[in-house]
Formats: sequence, C-alpha cells, structure tokens
Amino acid sequence: MREYNSLIFEVSREGRKAYSLPKCELCEDEINEIIPEEFLRTSDSKLPEVSEVDVIRHFTNLSNKNYGVDTGFYPLGSCTMKYNPKINEDMAGILGLNSIHPYQPAETIQGSLKLMYDLDKMLAEISGMDRITLQPAAGAHGELTGLMIIKAYHQNRGDLKRKKIIVPDSAHGTNPATAAVAGFDIVEIKSDDNGAVDIEALKRVLDDEVAGLMLTNPSTLGLFETNIKVIADLVHEAGGLLYYDGANMNAIVGITRPGDMGFDVMHFNLHKTFSTPHGGGGPGSGPVGVKEHLVKFLPVPVIEKKDDKFVLDYDRSESIGKVKGFYGNYGMMVRAYSYILTMGSEGLREMSETAVLNANYMMNKLKEHYHLPIKQVCKHEFVLGGLEETSLEVSTLDIAKRLLDYGYHPPTIYFPLIVSEAMMVEPTETESLETIDAFIDTMIKIAGEAKENPDLLKTAPHNTPVRRIDEVRAARQLIVKWEDE
Amino acid sequence: MKVLEELYYSNEHEWVRVEGKKAYIGITDYAQHALGDIVYVEMPELGEEIEGGDVFGAIESVKAASDVFSPVSGKIVEINEELENSPELVNEKPYESWILALEMSDESELKNLMNSKAYKEFCENEDH
Repeated sequence: MREYNSLIFEVSREGRKAYSLPKCELCEDEINEIIPEEFLRTSDSKLPEVSEVDVIRHFTNLSNKNYGVDTGFYPLGSCTMKYNPKINEDMAGILGLNSIHPYQPAETIQGSLKLMYDLDKMLAEISGMDRITLQPAAGAHGELTGLMIIKAYHQNRGDLKRKKIIVPDSAHGTNPATAAVAGFDIVEIKSDDNGAVDIEALKRVLDDEVAGLMLTNPSTLGLFETNIKVIADLVHEAGGLLYYDGANMNAIVGITRPGDMGFDVMHFNLHKTFSTPHGGGGPGSGPVGVKEHLVKFLPVPVIEKKDDKFVLDYDRSESIGKVKGFYGNYGMMVRAYSYILTMGSEGLREMSETAVLNANYMMNKLKEHYHLPIKQVCKHEFVLGGLEETSLEVSTLDIAKRLLDYGYHPPTIYFPLIVSEAMMVEPTETESLETIDAFIDTMIKIAGEAKENPDLLKTAPHNTPVRRIDEVRAARQLIVKWEDE
Repeated sequence: MKVLEELYYSNEHEWVRVEGKKAYIGITDYAQHALGDIVYVEMPELGEEIEGGDVFGAIESVKAASDVFSPVSGKIVEINEELENSPELVNEKPYESWILALEMSDESELKNLMNSKAYKEFCENEDH
C-alpha cells in the first residue's frame, strides 16, 4: 500500500456504514420540531460512507507516509527537532494528571498546581529569570505576552512615548510580526558581516521612543552574540527593555542564562528545548519568564504557595490579564517537567554541549563541499549558503528536494534572509555519530551529483509519493479542504 | 543578470525610469532572481504621498516576503494593475513590469541613485 494516495471520499460507497445503532427511542418527533429551522442544514452533509476497515486502512496508510523524529533524522534548523523521550508520554498519561478538569476547585488539584509551581521554579533557575507564566500556547504567543508586559511596564511608569521595538534583520519572522500585533512600530537594524548586531547601527536607532529590543542568542546564524553585555547596557541606558527569543536555547542550557546576559523578559519553547512534541499541531507551549521588576505584570492567575497550599492568585491589579483560556497547554508542562527531572542539571548541560558538538562536527565536515559564509565556531546550528560552486545553478531548493529521495527531512531553507541560498542545519544532541555521519555522506554525495548530473537534482524528488510541487500554484490557488466537483 | 543602461538603481535593488516628472519604479533582474517565483505584489493606494526610502509595498515569493522601498519621493499617480493577477510578470520581464509611477517632488534625489555601471559592481559585491 506504499502507493496509496486516495482521498477518503474516493473510497466512499453509497450506503456503506461503519456503525449499527439501535432504533432511537427519543427521536419520534420530526427533527424540525426539536431544532429551530434556521439551524437545520438544507443540503446533504457530504460525509464519506465507509466501513470500519476502510477508515482504519485509509488513515493507517496515510500515517505511514508521515515523517517525524520517530522515523528519522530531522535537522530542521531553528526548530530543535530532538527526540522526545517516551517517559514524557508515560507521565502525561498518568490518570491523576490527564483526567483533571480545569473547572475543578484548586484544593482538589494540589498535585498539578505543585507541578506547575515547581516547573516555574525550574525554568526560572535555568533562565536566570525570577518568575514564569506557563500560559502562552507557543513561541509567538509567548512573544506577544512578553511585549504586552513591556508595554505595561512603560505605561505603568507613565512613559507613553515608547512605541518602537528594534528587531535585527536576521530575526525570526515572528519577532516583527509580534511587535506589529502588539501595536508597536518596528525598527529593523542590519547585522554586521558576521551576522551579529551592528553596535553602531543599534546606537543610531536608540532613543527615548524605544520600548525594547528583541534578540536571540545564539543568533539566527547559530553564532553567540559576544557583545551581548554591551547591547544590554545600551538598550537599558536608553530606557528600553530586552526581550529574549528562546528559540535557540538548546545551545546554552546549564552554560549561560538570558537573565545573566541582561535580558528582562523571554519566552521558552517547551516544544524545542524541553522535548515536548513539535509540529503536527503539537500543541506547543511558550512560557514567559520575567525579571523581578516585571513580575507584577504577569498574566493571571499566578500560582502561589500559601500555608503549604497552592492557590491560583487572580488578585493582581497590574497584571496584563489573561492570555489563554484556563492555564495553558498543561499536558506539555507535564512532559517538560518530566524531561527536566529525568535529565537533571548535569544532564541538561550535557544536552547543550552535545548539541553544539554535533553541529560543529557536521559544519566542519560539510564546509569543504558547501559554502559556509561565516567561518566561526557555531553553537547548536549552522547556516550554509548553497553549494561551494555556484556556477552549477543548482539551488538550495534542489538540494533539499534531493534529500527527500534519500529519506531525510531537509534542513530549513532560505532562512535566515541575510544569507543567500541559506540552508540552516540543526542536528540536535539526540543523534548518534552513525546517523550524523550518514547524513554528512549523503550531503557530500548530493554535492557530487550536482556536478555530474545537475538535472537529477533539479527534477528531484524522484522516490516520494508526490514529486516536485508547483509552489507558485500552491501559494496562489490554495485549496485546503475537499470540495465536491 | 540583466542591467539596463538608461535606468537609475537603488541599493535595495529597485530601478527608476524617468519620463519627464514621472518616475516608474520596479525591481531589478537581480532582485527577482534572488526572490524566486513571485506569487503576490502588494500595491499601495493611488494618490498616496511617499518619501524616498519609505516602504510602499511588498513582494511575496515562494521563499519570502520582502518590502519594496521607493527610491524617490512623490505622489503615486499610476499603479500597474496587471501585476495583481499576473505577479509572475515581475520574474519574466522585470524591467517592463513597473509597479507604480510617482510624480516626483524632488528630482535632485535621483543624484543619490546608482547608474547601471555602479549598480553592476554593487551586485557583484553582494554575491559571495
């Protein structure tokens, strides 16, 4: 069934069913006597008519086409697609944790509140922040929460003219998008030749209208921002705050902390650094950490400990309010908590060290065959700029498509925008030397194919259920749901 | 990479064609090549006043979305509506597919732009 490519509507046969229900004893009335006319549909519901075995085979065959960290190597830069230990799933499946209801009174869910309270303390220790909110549902939601806190901080001081957020041109696209959604004007600054913040460019845009600077460290190029103290001092002297995008945190856990670098507020991506599922709907989790001077603005409720009891504290007059229904994606908190406990503090440091080692090993093996724009020791990921020999006209997209033929998920491509033909590779710490070597060999083989038979790359992939996709048509005629006709 | 002699060029890879007081603005062959297949051109409003260096729209390709900057100041007097349904024209004929025309408010701004020779050199330095 490898070639299986049907829609479930194509399997459908009129009158076929996967259920057998007894006669309904309550349905003697006509439907329109029970439900008002305006709520009744006038056309058929167009559901597929299939048997149980049809449904099982259809979805099992589709699921076999999935590619994930459980099936193979997934070096998607900036996404930290590490293996997620199954003990996380066991813990999240514990009946007492997965069967609670958010409307339960706090005194009946003390264990879960303790878990959240402890996770807050652990993330605070890891990051050098003072308090954490676990509410945000993912990274960009965390960014929005963080910027709302920055806005509340300035407004609370009566400083109403700070409407600008500075974002480097290498930033994750979510940074300027978040600043726009939070109602700020965005000031972009160019990076220097090494992809770092250009200190002179930063000085030129700093004034009393700057609310803050959003930054990742290591940078989007996977390089440590060595000027971070200078940057933090400059922004603080101008009266602004520093926001840390935690996307690249896998490089620094147990080694350095955003709080020590001078950041005031940050988000974590539990689905990156702390091994909760990433992609495929996650769900994600983007806790936000703040320094002491911002704690009073955190979203409600904050979990507090009073007389050995955990309580949900809503009585916080300067809070930015709620940012998510209930308390966040709780199942992800259980997984991250399990991960932190299983790793321990030594293990977390080793995690980052191994992630950095793996990336440097791979970078050094590949730089002979691919263009490496900035030749420095990298952190957890590195950015290549296409093939060393540009005359071949083989693009990064062609290389990525060819990787599919060899059974790999390709690296992130065409990001960051400041590197042409960018290919961003993040091996993570969970891969063995054998897996990493096999990927390196494949990349070298592809570089050879580009010389000998460039058409093989330009027409790739050849071994996948769907061949090269017409991306222009996909972007312009987006059809995401089945329609009859 | 094609560079036409009679045009002015900005370091954000826009070109300017001058017809009297009118300036037609588009993106260069280098820019369209770097962007890849273009799927959408976001246009400004007719009659809008823009300053040189301001963003007046965006071009979306399969790779990324990029702002388009106006190399000169003025009032928008024409919009190339053809690009709304056929953005691929920017890839196919970058120097014919102007995005908008401005009535320039300060023609001396043209002096800050590059000629074809300077722009060619500029692009060579951009490549690795």
